[in-house]
Amino acid sequence: MERVLMKGNEIIGEAAIRSGCKLFFGYPITPSTEVIEYLSANFPRAGGTVLQAEDEIGAINMCYGASCTGARVMTASSSPGISLKQEGISYSAAVELPMVIVNVNRCGPGLGGLGPAQSDYFQSTKGGGHGDYRVITLAPSTAQELYDFTMQAFDLADKHRNPVLILSDGFLGQTMEPVVLKERPKAPEYDKSWIVNGSKGREKRILASYSLTNEIGEKNNLYWEKKYNGIQETEQQWEEFYAEDAEYLLVSYGTTGRICKSTVLNARKKGIKLGLIRPITLWPFPDKAFIPYKDKVKGMVTVELNTGQMIEDVKLAVECKMPVHLYRRQGGMLPTENEILNYVEDKFGLSKEGEA
Amino acid sequence: MMDKVIIAGFGGQGVMFLGKVLAYAGMGSDLDLLWIPSYGPEMRGGTANCSVILSDEEINSPVIDYSDAAIVLNKPAYDKFAPRVKPGGVLIVNSSLAKLEDVRDDITIVQIPATEMANELGNTSIANMVCLGALLPSLNLVDYEKVEKTMDKLTKKRPQLLEVNLTAINKGISFVNE
Repeated sequence: MERVLMKGNEIIGEAAIRSGCKLFFGYPITPSTEVIEYLSANFPRAGGTVLQAEDEIGAINMCYGASCTGARVMTASSSPGISLKQEGISYSAAVELPMVIVNVNRCGPGLGGLGPAQSDYFQSTKGGGHGDYRVITLAPSTAQELYDFTMQAFDLADKHRNPVLILSDGFLGQTMEPVVLKERPKAPEYDKSWIVNGSKGREKRILASYSLTNEIGEKNNLYWEKKYNGIQETEQQWEEFYAEDAEYLLVSYGTTGRICKSTVLNARKKGIKLGLIRPITLWPFPDKAFIPYKDKVKGMVTVELNTGQMIEDVKLAVECKMPVHLYRRQGGMLPTENEILNYVEDKFGLSKEGEA
Repeated sequence: MMDKVIIAGFGGQGVMFLGKVLAYAGMGSDLDLLWIPSYGPEMRGGTANCSVILSDEEINSPVIDYSDAAIVLNKPAYDKFAPRVKPGGVLIVNSSLAKLEDVRDDITIVQIPATEMANELGNTSIANMVCLGALLPSLNLVDYEKVEKTMDKLTKKRPQLLEVNLTAINKGISFVNE
C-alpha cells in the first residue's frame, strides 16, 4: 500500500475520489481551500466533476439536488461558510439525503481568524440549522484518520440516509503528514429505491420536506427521532488511551486529542495515573465510553479549543458524579502537552504526589 | 528519537521548501513526521515559518513549545524564534541578514553568511540550502545521504537545479565542520 506525504485537506480530496464520490460543489475559503483545489486538479481524471458555486448556499443546494439523484456528493468549507450552508443542511436532513460535508474549523465568531479551533462543536453536534435534526459528526485527529474517516463518512451517509459531517480544523487541514492510501473496504450495496431518476414505467417519487398538517409533521418527527435514536445506539466510536487503570481522565478529540496523548505519556512517567477518552463520533456522542469510568475515576478534564462545549456532553455522560474541569485555548492557539499536564496537576493537587 | 526543527524567514526565502526537503528526507527513511506551515494573512509579504518534526516512533502532539533546532534566515525570524530553541539546542543564523548582539550562551549558535555564500555560487535563492547544510550535522534522524536522495526526487522536473542545491548544502556542511 502506498505511503505518501500530503496536506490534510488534500487527503480528504483523495479519499473522496477513492470512495466513489463523483460530484463536489463548493466555494473556497481558508483553511479549507486545498480540498477544492486538489479535487479541481485530480477529480476529472477519476471521472468526477468539481463545480465552484456562486457561494456556499448555492453549493449546499447543489449537493441537495445531486443527492436526490443518488449520486455520492461532497462539499467542504470553513466555519463562516458552514454557517451559510446550515439551511441547506437542515433541508437535507429532513429529506434524508446522504452527503458528506467537511468543516475545516477556524476560530470565530464572525469572520474570526484562520487558526485551528473547535468552536463549531455545538453547531456540528446539536443540529446546526433550524429544526430538530442531527448530522453524524466524525472528528479525525491524524492524517490517516482524515483519510479513513472520509471513506467511512460516505458509507455512513448512505447507510443512514443522512448528512455526515467531518469536523477537521485549520491545523489538520494545512499540515502534511504521511498517510497510507488503503484500498477501500468493500461496502455493501445501499438501498437507492428512494432516489428520483426519472419515473418512466414506475410510480412517481417525491422528495420534499414540507408537512401539510401538524399530524403529518409529528409523524415525521417521530420517524426521524427513531432513526437518530438508532444511530445513537449503534454508531458511537471512541478511542481509549491508558484509560483502564486511570484515576483521572482527559477527554479530547481532534488535534487536541492527539496532544493529550503526549500529556498522558508524560504524566505516566511522573507516576500520575492519567488516561484519555478521545471521542471519534461527536454525534452520536460516545456516552458508552464513560460507563466503566463514571463510578471509578476521581475527576476529568476536557481539553477544547473553545469556551467549553463538549464538556456539557461529558457531564451528562458521567451524570455529574465527579468534578469535570475544562482546559481550553482559543482564537487559533493550541495548547502544549505540558501546559495541559500542569493544569491537571494543579486542579487535582497532584504536583507533590507526582514528584514523590 | 526526535528532531523538532523550526525554520523561519521572509516569504520567498524558501522557508517552506527547506522544511519540505527535511520532511521528504524523513519519508524516504520511513520515519513518522509532520510538516507544519504557518498559514494565513502573515504569508502575504511578511514573515514565513514552518516546523518539521521527525521521529522514529509515533508522533502524538504536533505542538512544538521548544525546538531542538532552528534555522532563521533574517533578523525578525531570529528575534522571534531564538528564545524557542531548547537549552542545548542548535540555532543556525543567516548572518548576512541578521547581525546579532547579546546571544544566548545555553545553545549552540552557528552564524553563517548564507546569502553571501549563495551569491558566490551565483544563485541568491539557495541561501536556504546553505543553512540546511549547516544544520545537518546536528540532526539525529536525517543525514546528507538522505537529503541527497530527496533532492534528486524534488528536482526531477528541473534537474539543472540539483547540482547547485547539493553544492550549497555541502558548503554549509563544510562551514560547520571547519
